[in-house]
Amino acid sequence: MRGDILTNILLCGVGGQGIVLTSKLIAAAAMEKGSPVRSAETIGMAQKGGSVTSFLRIGECHAPMFGEGEADIMIAFEPAEAVRELRYLKKGGTAIVDTHPVMPVTAALTGGGYDPSVMMEHLDKSGVKVIALDAQALAAEIGSPRTMNMIMLAAAVRSGVLPFDIDHVAEVMKKTVQPQFVDINMKALYSVTV
Amino acid sequence: MLPFPGKDDDMHKEYLMGNAAIAKGALAAGLNVITGYPGTPSTEVLETAAKAVPDIYVEWSVNEKAALEVAAGASYCGARSMVTMKQVGLNVASDPLMSLAYVGVEGGMIIMVADDPGPISSQTEQDTRTFAAYSKLPCFDPSSVEEAFAMVADAFELSEKYHTPVIFRPTTRICHGYASIDVPDKDEWYVNKPKGFERDTSRWVIFPGLSYRAHMAIEERNRALSADSYKGNLIIEGSRKGIASHGISAAYVREITDGMEDAPTLFKVATPFPFPEDRAVEFLSSVDEVMCIEELDPVIERELTYLCGKHHLPTVIRGRLTGDVHTAGENTPTYVKDVIYRYLGIACPEEDVPTDAPKLPVRPPVLCAGCPHRASFYAVKVAMRGKKTVFCGDIGCYTLGNAQPLDMVDTCLCMGAGVNIAQGIGRIEPDRYCFAFVGDSTFFASAVTGAMNAVYDQADMTLVVLDNSTTAMTGHQPHPGTGRTMMGEVVEKIDIEAVLHGAGVETVVTVDPFDLEKAVNTVRCIADLEGVKAIIFKSPCAVITKPDKPYVIDKDKCVECRACIRRIGCPAIVISDGKTVIEPSICVGCGLCGQTCHLKAIVPSEQ
Ligand code: SF4
Ligand code: SF4
Repeated sequence: MRGDILTNILLCGVGGQGIVLTSKLIAAAAMEKGSPVRSAETIGMAQKGGSVTSFLRIGECHAPMFGEGEADIMIAFEPAEAVRELRYLKKGGTAIVDTHPVMPVTAALTGGGYDPSVMMEHLDKSGVKVIALDAQALAAEIGSPRTMNMIMLAAAVRSGVLPFDIDHVAEVMKKTVQPQFVDINMKALYSVTV
Repeated sequence: MLPFPGKDDDMHKEYLMGNAAIAKGALAAGLNVITGYPGTPSTEVLETAAKAVPDIYVEWSVNEKAALEVAAGASYCGARSMVTMKQVGLNVASDPLMSLAYVGVEGGMIIMVADDPGPISSQTEQDTRTFAAYSKLPCFDPSSVEEAFAMVADAFELSEKYHTPVIFRPTTRICHGYASIDVPDKDEWYVNKPKGFERDTSRWVIFPGLSYRAHMAIEERNRALSADSYKGNLIIEGSRKGIASHGISAAYVREITDGMEDAPTLFKVATPFPFPEDRAVEFLSSVDEVMCIEELDPVIERELTYLCGKHHLPTVIRGRLTGDVHTAGENTPTYVKDVIYRYLGIACPEEDVPTDAPKLPVRPPVLCAGCPHRASFYAVKVAMRGKKTVFCGDIGCYTLGNAQPLDMVDTCLCMGAGVNIAQGIGRIEPDRYCFAFVGDSTFFASAVTGAMNAVYDQADMTLVVLDNSTTAMTGHQPHPGTGRTMMGEVVEKIDIEAVLHGAGVETVVTVDPFDLEKAVNTVRCIADLEGVKAIIFKSPCAVITKPDKPYVIDKDKCVECRACIRRIGCPAIVISDGKTVIEPSICVGCGLCGQTCHLKAIVPSEQ
């Protein structure tokens, strides 16, 4: 069917990590190639800290969201959120996961913290291809924690699942971000080699 | 007089949110006036249209009723107007709506009402399609971003052709979905020139005689519309098994059945009222059985069942009324697939869901770090400790005051209800201290009348206005207390204190909630006065305020009692390696925690 030309992408994480922005950049990159794009976001209220997902589809389709087991790739900005949304990833699909945990804002009050290594172990034995990286640490190395989303995007592009390469993303990024952030974002995009 | 010819070279691609597509569709169709009251998921329609100021008039009105009336007045003059709101907003606007349906309009008028299956961010799962039938107004129900864009122009045309307001009702997944769509270039947009108001009392003044004649005309028009089906009511031919659907569910159905061997016959209903009878009968005659996949009310299912009776058709109608589809909540792609597979007898591939999934952290929404509502709630909590109280809440960010550790919201019903709920409770239990908490935007929207009611009818209660100088929950829209309008004007603010005095509230005290001691003392004094009295806690929303230096916890003084966490629950106070610390990237330096620590261990940082 359309399977070979439709790419389903799920981005997930926590409010404030730049997920919506990353989703928009992928959409822009796909549109630049002439592909139709649809997406849907679940975002909470004005407050930060809740779970955020973005469904993104490149290619011909009717709806902005897809069902469970239909994502070709999941770009998870947080390990527990990766586990939460794992059901959307198809068997053998690719999971790009930032291993750096974000504890719930209520953890201090309710003791609702968790161990990220448990999440990573679960992902490893769930029949998907896991590409784990500490994007937070890499971003800090580059010198700007805010480039974390570029690093995640670069890892996703390098996995070969998205229908464009890193040079194409770089070109589109240059056109969409403010001039003063271009250099640091370029550095982030080309820092990932996995 | 089609607004745009649709030649490819006059078009360009844009990646638009559904709400933005609705706004652009309206602008391309000659929109002159747009009004509304913010509410998820409808808000971005007006915000997108506002980019066309000063070419059009844009207003965030005080509430939905006022918004609808402003748009109607403009339309009386021949303007193309749109009023936007969420589904519960339509309840507020229903008084003018029901009458306007009889009086009619001159320029095209669209009532854009966003429904919220789930509900994801609403109090109710009401269905505006049902409201359309009740008010007898034509209703459009888009199933994709691009259809929403194109449908707006059709809605204006229909409105003008029949001199009636029309309802346009997308749901959350259309409003907040994105798609790359073709948009006509700006020089292709239709420009509407209002011809001005023409006096005609037999038309614009509603009287029983007029209503009687109008009612007959409406029924006749709706019969005609039922027979003359809108092009968006689509039949896609297939097997003798049918699926009827609408909105986003129709997109899911289409996608799931696309390319299926022996695919079912599909019927997509784009105008649920007046129901497209001729098209529906054509569909019903081509199938033996129909599964209705709908969100909110079983509108299509009821209509099809009725039509089978009326036309003596043997077709079996299934859906929510027959227990085949769930009766509440959103239809997800996964759920729709499940329903279709069951209906068509297709085996679902075995899911080997791992059963050992680790326990996941919950991330409930909380008041932001530095939110002034936290300070206000805490002040009242401390002041009233040990007393018999009730805290009536309202709609806004401050509904989150119900969460632990504040636990300061005992009731929440609808916009502006808290003040009169408190009044009612006080009538039955005079020994209870009754408090009503209301935000500034909600105060103007619908608590002013409630306050007058409480004063005049001799209630005994404390009204607490949480004035953060914005409409925070929906993304910081202006309201009469902010001093700016959507037209970009800086105007005289309407003073809440003066309004309360005018409404007969004698004691009104304004206090900064971050001055904790003063705030607590104020509450203590005021709560014991007789009659209706008000406290205005005034401090701006933390999200739109420049953060101060973060606070730090002095390691030498802190004894790890964690009282700060248990008392106020600010998300910036975290436990790291067993120690209570303040996360500097989250803290905005409001200083509330410092005032709750009896050892004075929390202080402003040096940086
Ligand atoms: S957005 Fe403003 S009012 Fe709402 S919780 Fe945050 S700080 Fe408070
Ligand atoms: S000063 Fe205290 S209460 Fe205020 S934001 Fe910072 S940690 Fe939270």
